[in-house]
Amino acid sequence: MSGYTVDPRIRWTEWLPWVAAIAFFFTLPEYLSLGARILIYILFALSLDLILGYAGIITLGHSAFFGLGAYTAGVLSARYGLTDPFLQLLAAAAAAALLGIATGAVILRTKALTLLMLTLAITSILLEIANKATWLTGGADGLSGVKTDPILGMFKFDIFGKTAFIYCLFALFIGWLVVRRMIYSPFGAMLTGLRENTARMHAIGAPVYWRLVLVYTISATMAGVAGALLTQVNQFVGLNVLGLEPSGDLLVMLILGGVGRLYGAFVGPVVYLIAQDYLAKQYPEYWYFGIGVLLIVVVLFARGGILGIIDKWLQALSRQTGSAKASAR
Amino acid sequence: MFSSVVSVAFHGVAYGMILYVISVGLSVTMGLMGFINLAHGVFAMAGGFILSTVMARFGVPFPLALVAAFVIVALLSIVLERLLYSRLYAAGDLAQVLFSIGLILISMALARLIYGNLAAPVFLPDYLRGQVHVLGRDFPTYRVFLIIFSTLIIVGLWFGVERTRWGAMVRAAVDNRGMAQSVGINTRQLFMATFALGSGLAGLGGALGADILPVQWSYPFEHLVYFLIVVAVGGLGSLRGPFVAALLIGIADTACKYWIPEFGAFLIYAATIGILLWRPMGLFGVRA
Repeated sequence: MSGYTVDPRIRWTEWLPWVAAIAFFFTLPEYLSLGARILIYILFALSLDLILGYAGIITLGHSAFFGLGAYTAGVLSARYGLTDPFLQLLAAAAAAALLGIATGAVILRTKALTLLMLTLAITSILLEIANKATWLTGGADGLSGVKTDPILGMFKFDIFGKTAFIYCLFALFIGWLVVRRMIYSPFGAMLTGLRENTARMHAIGAPVYWRLVLVYTISATMAGVAGALLTQVNQFVGLNVLGLEPSGDLLVMLILGGVGRLYGAFVGPVVYLIAQDYLAKQYPEYWYFGIGVLLIVVVLFARGGILGIIDKWLQALSRQTGSAKASAR
Repeated sequence: MFSSVVSVAFHGVAYGMILYVISVGLSVTMGLMGFINLAHGVFAMAGGFILSTVMARFGVPFPLALVAAFVIVALLSIVLERLLYSRLYAAGDLAQVLFSIGLILISMALARLIYGNLAAPVFLPDYLRGQVHVLGRDFPTYRVFLIIFSTLIIVGLWFGVERTRWGAMVRAAVDNRGMAQSVGINTRQLFMATFALGSGLAGLGGALGADILPVQWSYPFEHLVYFLIVVAVGGLGSLRGPFVAALLIGIADTACKYWIPEFGAFLIYAATIGILLWRPMGLFGVRA
């Protein structure tokens, strides 16, 4: 699917998601705000895929960076009057990157349960701060009054979500370019090596620890940007961007799409968020039940997620047509 | 000041004991099989619901209801272990984490379907209500009972692990599973029995602690962090470690809520991070 040895040129199929997104923009204008949310979560899932799918770092605390980005943008705007959208993004990215490098540098020496616990504790601490520091974050009521200037001074955030959608689409496109470039580089090959066999990477002299910190920081930065986008689009930040729950949601999305593959991060949020939009409000119990069953089924029978299943079908299909051709000859 | 210290220590110890009874099974099973089981709280929740249901529906007396909570949860866990958990022992951490999250979601959905949004009501027999008068102070009878009863369970558990043949086999398997297998210990069976015992204890803990940790559908997610902290800080595969950790958390959490509520659980998380950075394997860990 990907890797250093694969031809890095962009295949025509890889343009399909973008064509689909633009088609969505023109054909379903009433769903644009849902669309923007999906784009944001794709960016967030992409950042998780980088550390979980490629580098093999298992985390329950990726929401720490998403939430920090969201609150940075929100607090700067609502409390300090910084309304420039790009400055907000930049500040959120910087804050998330700082947290990423600071926490990554200490926690990435640990493994398994300890690592899980540390990542979980970090996002829980942030949630606790956001909850208790009411004067800054609005606490449990959330932070409202977030304002963002028109983008480039021209495009105001409208109530139909047109600007928001295109804005998020651009952000995701840049994120995708960056991640794609990284995965098809020697650095990407190294990440896969770390996931598959850390001891061997040590043995060939790779700077394992620093590479992990680097990719963790990059991923944190992307998650921070995604969080800031969410704030700008919603003009509101709530406590639900921090803690175990958003991390768990994101994990589920990525697993459903297919972990360790670039487009798993695209498919997962689309399927999950659309299904959630239809089902979760009407039948919350059944929604959780269904997601739980789906998760167990994926873990037991279909590790590659939706894309993995499609891959298998395509392979079976090509084998069939291949043998059909051979017998015809 | 002095009286509030006594009361914080008292309630903190009761809370810590409950946390320990719930989490100890998690520590042993994780140490034994290396299975990252985030769904341990499900068993505790099930215990709480079972206690409440058999008492309200069938009029079962309190002591018998506790036994029912233990036995039913233990049996349930054996079914789950055979059907699902055992398929994932060789799978990676990620698969185990996701699987147990899936299990949590299913159990939460079921709990909400059956019991709705309200917490399960706690029925106490008359002899456990009221206050006990000790050394010129009043203590709630039920909390005193919790501390004494948990102490008995813990002593029994320690005796079992330190002094019996089963305990020796468990300790051997935690220290070196391959070697234990090669001297003829059936680790599969051992694990099943230990898993059932651990889950049963969680069920019992959930039932006993229903008035400290209210039993409702969000239980497995809400308290997951604390159960994990007890295990991670205490150290996997140890009995002593989680005990120390559970008491520390119980007392620290109670103290924080009493004296500095504006910090919330902040200090607990900060302490957890500090301890884990200082000792990544936990305070008394056998393996990371």
